[in-house]
Parts: sequence; C-alpha cells; structure tokens
Amino acid sequence: MIYDQASYTREEEAQHEPLLSEKDETTVDVREESPLPEELTRDEVTLPELSEPEIARHYTRLSQMNWAIDAGAYPLGSCTMKYNPKFTEDVAANPDGAVHPDRSSRSVQGTLEVLYGLQEYLAEIGGMDAVTLQPPAGAAGEFTGIRVAKAYHEANGEGNRSEVIVPASAHGTNFATAALAGYDVVELPSDEDGRVDLDALEAAVSEDTAALMLTNPNTVGLFERDITEIAEIVHGAGGLLYYDGANLNALLGRGRPGDMGFDVMHYNVHKTFATPHGGGGPGAGPVGVVDELAEFLPTPRVRETESGSGYERFEPERTIGKVQGFEGNWLVLIKAYAYIARLGDEGLADAAAKAVLNANYLGERLDLEIPYGPYHHEFAATSGDRDAADVAKRMLDYGVHPPTTKWPEMVHNAMLTEPTEIENKSSLDDLATAFNRAFADDDETLENAPNRTTAARIDQTSAARNPRLSWQALDGE
Amino acid sequence: MSGRDYGQKAGSPYAPHTDAETAAMLEAVGADDEGDLFDIPDAVAFDGEFGIPARSEREIRAELRETLADNDDLTEFLGRGHYSHYVPSVVDHLADRAEFLTSYTQYQPEIAQGFLQALFEYQSMLVELTGLGIANCSMYDAATALGEAATLADRVRSTSGDVVLVPEQLREGKRSVLANYCDGADLAVETYPMADGNVDLDALRERAGEDVVMVYAENPTVRGCIEEQLADVGAVADEADALFVLGSDAVALSVLEEPATVGADVVVGEAGALGLPAAYGMGLGLFACREEFLRQVPGRLVGASEDATDRRAYTLTLQTREQHIRKERATSNICTNQAWVALRAAMHAAHLGPSGLVELANDCVREATDLAERIDDLSGYGAPVHDRHHLREFAVRTDQPAAAVADEVEAAGFAVHTIGDHLLQVCVTDLNADAADELVAALEAAA
Repeated sequence: MIYDQASYTREEEAQHEPLLSEKDETTVDVREESPLPEELTRDEVTLPELSEPEIARHYTRLSQMNWAIDAGAYPLGSCTMKYNPKFTEDVAANPDGAVHPDRSSRSVQGTLEVLYGLQEYLAEIGGMDAVTLQPPAGAAGEFTGIRVAKAYHEANGEGNRSEVIVPASAHGTNFATAALAGYDVVELPSDEDGRVDLDALEAAVSEDTAALMLTNPNTVGLFERDITEIAEIVHGAGGLLYYDGANLNALLGRGRPGDMGFDVMHYNVHKTFATPHGGGGPGAGPVGVVDELAEFLPTPRVRETESGSGYERFEPERTIGKVQGFEGNWLVLIKAYAYIARLGDEGLADAAAKAVLNANYLGERLDLEIPYGPYHHEFAATSGDRDAADVAKRMLDYGVHPPTTKWPEMVHNAMLTEPTEIENKSSLDDLATAFNRAFADDDETLENAPNRTTAARIDQTSAARNPRLSWQALDGE
Repeated sequence: MSGRDYGQKAGSPYAPHTDAETAAMLEAVGADDEGDLFDIPDAVAFDGEFGIPARSEREIRAELRETLADNDDLTEFLGRGHYSHYVPSVVDHLADRAEFLTSYTQYQPEIAQGFLQALFEYQSMLVELTGLGIANCSMYDAATALGEAATLADRVRSTSGDVVLVPEQLREGKRSVLANYCDGADLAVETYPMADGNVDLDALRERAGEDVVMVYAENPTVRGCIEEQLADVGAVADEADALFVLGSDAVALSVLEEPATVGADVVVGEAGALGLPAAYGMGLGLFACREEFLRQVPGRLVGASEDATDRRAYTLTLQTREQHIRKERATSNICTNQAWVALRAAMHAAHLGPSGLVELANDCVREATDLAERIDDLSGYGAPVHDRHHLREFAVRTDQPAAAVADEVEAAGFAVHTIGDHLLQVCVTDLNADAADELVAALEAAA
C-alpha cells in the first residue's frame, strides 16, 4: 500500500491530490514584457508556477496512483499489453536520432536506414510486399489502408464501390474508419461457432464492395479457418481484404496475413512489438500492402539508392498523399525495430506460442464459462447473469487489472481476456483466483466494489451529465 | 562482438516460462506442445523463416548507435511545423516513470487516477492558452487535428456547403493530410491568397460564401508571420456561417492574441513544442473548441467526477462520442492518441510557469527579429521577406538559387529550409541561437 499522507492529515473534502493550479498559480501580464505591439498580443496568461521539487513530488505522487504493466498484469483482450523492454528506451533516447524531418535525405542516412530496416522486417513478418511507417497509430493505419484501397479502386475505374464489410464482432475503429473514409458500413453477423458466416458473406458482397476488414484470430480468439474461402468470395466480388493487425501477436511465425490472401494490413506496434503505450499513446500503425497497392502508399517511403550505397526518400507513383504531417512516430518506430531485433525469428514465434499457451492455461483455471473455442491468445469468458463491469470492479480489489468487459457483444456479459506471453504460471494463477473470487462474491459486494483502490467506484453518469473538463470548470466547487 | 546473453533462455527473453512451468501448463490444458493449441489450417500456415537474427541488447544498442551516427551532425535552423525547445531533464525522468510510461488507456479509472489527473491538467492548460471551453487530451499531430476539425465543421455547420478554405502558404504535408480527411466527408479543400505573409482579407471576404464550412488560418503562419487581422478573419468566417479554425502552437499561444477573443471556434496545432525534443516529426496534436461542440469533439476527454465516497475523482467521459461505443457514428476513429506526449507537455509547461513560458515565446520573437536583421545586412539576401512581425522563423530571399545556398550551408554544418527557387526559411530558438553567428557566416560565404 502506498503511504498517502493526504488521507491522514487533510480535511475530508480535500482528500485528493490538489491540481497544479490549486498548488500555485500566477498571472503574467503579457503586454508588459512583449516585444510585439499591443494589438498582436493577449493581455495576460494564468498558469501553475511551481518549483522543480514541487513538480517532482506532484508527478511522483500521481504516478503512484496509476496501474502499469510494470506493476502487474493488464489482461485487456485485444489490447495486448505486454512488457516494454527497458533497453528500447535507451536506443530511442539517442540524441543522434533527434533530428528534424525536413533534413535532406543525405544528412539523415542513419535515420533512414533504421526506417528501411523496419519496413523490411514488417514486410517479412506480415507476408506483405511494401510497408509505410507513417500512420501514427493503429486506427490511423486502418484509415491509411482503407484510403489506399479506395485509391486503388478509383484507379481501376471502380470508384463507385461504396461499401466496406465489417464483422459485428470487429473493433469499433473498423466501423469508424470505414465511415471516416466515406464508406457505408455493412455489418456481417457471426455464425454459431463465432466465425465469419460464409453464407452471410456471400450475400453481403456485391459490385459495391470495396473491402472486408477482418481480424484473425478474431476478437474471441478464434482463427478464421475459412480464410481461403473468405478471400475467394471477397476477391471474386472485386473487393480487397483488409487485415486488422490487433491480434497479430497470436500469429507470429505461424501464419502471415499475406499468405492468407490479405491485400492490406496494419500493424499495432505496441500490441505486437512491445512499444510502451504511455497511458493512451503514442502508438504507430505501419501499413503493409501487396505489390498492386504499393504505388498508392503515403509519401514519402524509404528505399535503398540505386547504387546501394545509401537510402533515400521517394514518393510512390500514385500516392494518397500524407496521413501524418511528417513521417510518423519515430520515437515509437525505433523501439519496435529494437524489439524485433532482440527477439529474432525464434523469439517472435515463442512470443506467439507462449501468448496462446497462457490464454489457454488461464481459461482452463477459470470458473466462468467460455462459449467459443478453440481460442488462441485471448478468450471471451461470460459472467452469465453477473454484470461483467461489476465483476471487473471487484477484481480491482483483488489486486489485478480486469479484462475488457461487455465486448464483443456476441458474448453476453463478456470478459475478454488476453494475458499475453509475459505472465508466468503463478501470475496466471493469481489472476485466475481474482477472477474466480470476484465471480463468486455476492451482488452487494460487487456493486460496492472497488474499495481498496485510490478512488472508490467513480460516478460516470455525473461526469457525463455535468461535464467538468478543466480546472476552470471546477472553480467554485 | 559477443552476442552472448548471460542467463537468458531460448525463445523470447520476455516470456518468463521455465521448461518445467511450460510442461505443467501444457499438461493442464491437455496439449503435447504449444503447436497443438494453434488452429491454423495447413494451407495458410507459415513454416518459413523471417530471416531476422536475434541479437543481444548490447549488440542492438551498438548497432543502432553506429547506424544513427551516420546522421550528419548539423545545427538545425528548421521549423515549419516541427518545433523544439530545451526540455529540462526533470521531464524525462518523471515521464519515464514506469507507472506512466507502461500504463494503458484509463479504462479502469479507479486505478488510473494519476494519469487521468495529469491529462485533466493538460486539458486545463490548453483551455487557458486558447480561451476556449474544451480541450481534448490529444490528437496525433497538428495535421491530423486539422483534419478532425474539418470533419467537425462538416457535422456542426448547418450550411449545405462543402468547401474548406486554407491559406495558400501552408505546409504541403498538412494540406495533404487535411485532404485525406476531407475526401471521406465529400469536402473540397480550396486555397485563399495571402498578402505579404498574412491573410489577404479582401480576397478571403470575396471567396467566403455559403458553400464554405470552414476557414483555416495560422498564427504564426508556416513562414513565422504573426497575423495582424485575426479578428477580421473570424468575422468573415462568422458571416459565412463557417467555422473559424485557428492553427498555432503551445508556446506561441502564451503571447499571441487569445484565440477566443478573435472569434476562433476551434484551435488546432502543435502542442509538442513543449515537452518533446526534435523527434523526426512526431508531434502532439492540440485540439480545443467552443463548449457548444461538446458532443461532437473528436478524441478522448477527461472529466472530473466524484467517487462513491464523494471524493473528487477523474474519468474518461462522454465516451458515447467514441468509436468503441458509437462505431460508424463516432465523431472520429481515433483510439490510441499521444497521451504520454501530453503528459510531457504539461510537465514542461508547469516547469516553465507562465513567466518562463512567456519569456520563451518573447525570445522566439526577439531572436527571429535579430537574426533576420543580420541576414538582411548580408549582400545577396533579403530578410524577412514579409514585412510582418515574426515568431521563431522567417523567409529569406536569396540572389543565388536557394537550393544551392542551402547545400552550401549544409556542407558548412547547418540545415535551413528551401521553400522556393530563391527563398529560404530559417527558424531560430533557444536551442540554436548561440550558433547564429556561424550561420550568418556560412550564409555570407554562400552568397
């Protein structure tokens, strides 16, 4: 337990960590000091003004109120939170890599070599022909991939294809991405085994189909065994097959999207290649494509010079342009490179093998039913008539982070669980114990949970009905 | 070099299983080996090799050190959207605390109060800097934030218009990102002219009409010019019932006209000017807007609430706007954002305090003014090209072809932008001002 002086000495209503602004705030008269004429400046600015020791204590205290993968398991299904090797921070901190993106290619040969190397690794791992590293996150990768697909159809005189097919169990980003790219979304139901329903797919495809977005293994951990037939159906209708890389960690070294008939895919580097998630980002969402789509990728890409003596940026012939202002999230990409290099072929395959073993072992230990299988790196248990969100809150009291809850919707009260390869047997045993105890607790206990955490159950309704999104909005409370 | 990893086992070094544990777990699940657990048909199974050799930490660190040493050691006078200032060590040390760095999105707020509070504080700082009611807890970068602003304009404006107006002087990459976001919403990106580095107000007024849903302007502009008629630009947008979207950055906002007072509906831009060193274009997308757009904001929002014991607590809120709930009707597809960079920016801002932040911004004005004057004194150059006030950067006219000058300056150890046949751009900050003498000498030699 963290020693929390505030709980012992502060008045009851002030038993939170004060905001920076509540600690010390100063107003500066901007006009007084400005070299600019008065009409071009603001009057004043009011912000926290703290000394370095105060800042160190503030953020150290905040950090102590936060779960992290270094503190314990984060078994969030489809989020794939795994350990972030420390040495990757050191390689990213190299000041030689701290360069501006508008530098000439000849003056950043080192940076381009790392990026080229990562493009090559990712192409190999995904079975793809060409890779862009520009998308700054997985969802941005999806958007890039679907934009590329659209450009491809337009180039073939088929710009009237207006639909993207998305399985009902897909990640929310797939639906939102298709809409953002201007497509109508056609939702595809699952069959009773939890996989793509081939008959429904046959019925869904048409001359309007631009693409099918698919995760494999899917969001309940099942491999889409009919992937070859799925590819035939989609390609037969003239559509493209998009691979959502969220679950690629389960396939490393045992299956490649390119070999399964996928035309375009994104990689989630924090999920598969262990870059830190930083409490929400930054991520990186590189996109791989087959040859026919390479000329549409964002600009610039990196290639070896013709003489083979160096690297250069180049603009793909029919590029969709840019999806991030510069060339992507460098500080994330270099960590992914280092991770892949650390593991190599054998390590990558072992990561997938142990991720699948861990999920299966944990699933075996649970008292909850798991309706769909055989699953791989994740499974969707059901808490039956117990509210999954309540069970999850109770798990917090048992000292673990709960799984993703109430999603995917094909499982009632789903608890989508993905331990990843980094947990050992005793960690999984602890996780199973927390699951089973929470599941066995009575309703009242669940509804009142958690009560061993920094904050007790937080009122979501109040937060949304009376939005207070800044300390300015809290003034007077 | 030795590739030996003392005490490391085969396979992934980050999968902790001993052979005995693996055996016990396999027995528990009734499998002979891990391969039994995979349900991948032979026809699509991969049994080849990637050909990626595993290396030790030491080898990889050495390899990347050597590779990155191939980057030329240039002093950069570069900006145009990617800005860096000195970031104090305390930011690295605190942000690198594993509790922040290795945490995930705050889906269980009861055990994520620390990060949520830090993001709430970041949002609050942007509310102060922009004067607008809402700031989200980050987009990817300035360009994607601009794209999101366009789709917001499309959702909230009642006009039947489909035109997004942007200044003719705009970073090409930013325009391209915007165009990609606009395409899906059937919006067209059109350009309005500029007059001596500022918005050409008459031309903009003439162009604005009911087909326009959004007017975008930057302060400072991509060429570092400070806009002198922002309130008028806002009025033109307002008359056309178009959203006025203003681009800026976290440092400039501390001294330039407050966006709310000039009628900005949305502020986008680069908040990574604080907290982030030069990172090859990685950024922190700033997104703030008026309160009336609350239900249409893209990205995550942290709000204050109470817990069951009535204590103040923070949580991600208004999530029904987001993709994981609203799917194809979400306000954006964004999921992962740049939260950790936002944390760094807030730390840097707190460390500077308002006086330090304003001093830094004022120096960005002074240094640019001084350096432009010195370059203007050289024969063969004119600076600044635009008769405006500047922040950080300015355009330079060259008698010689600009690209040739830039090459020569690069050979002397300095990087500057080439932005036209006879136009350079130079960005000066606290990080490179002490090399200004040498840059001036190099320019003189290249004239």
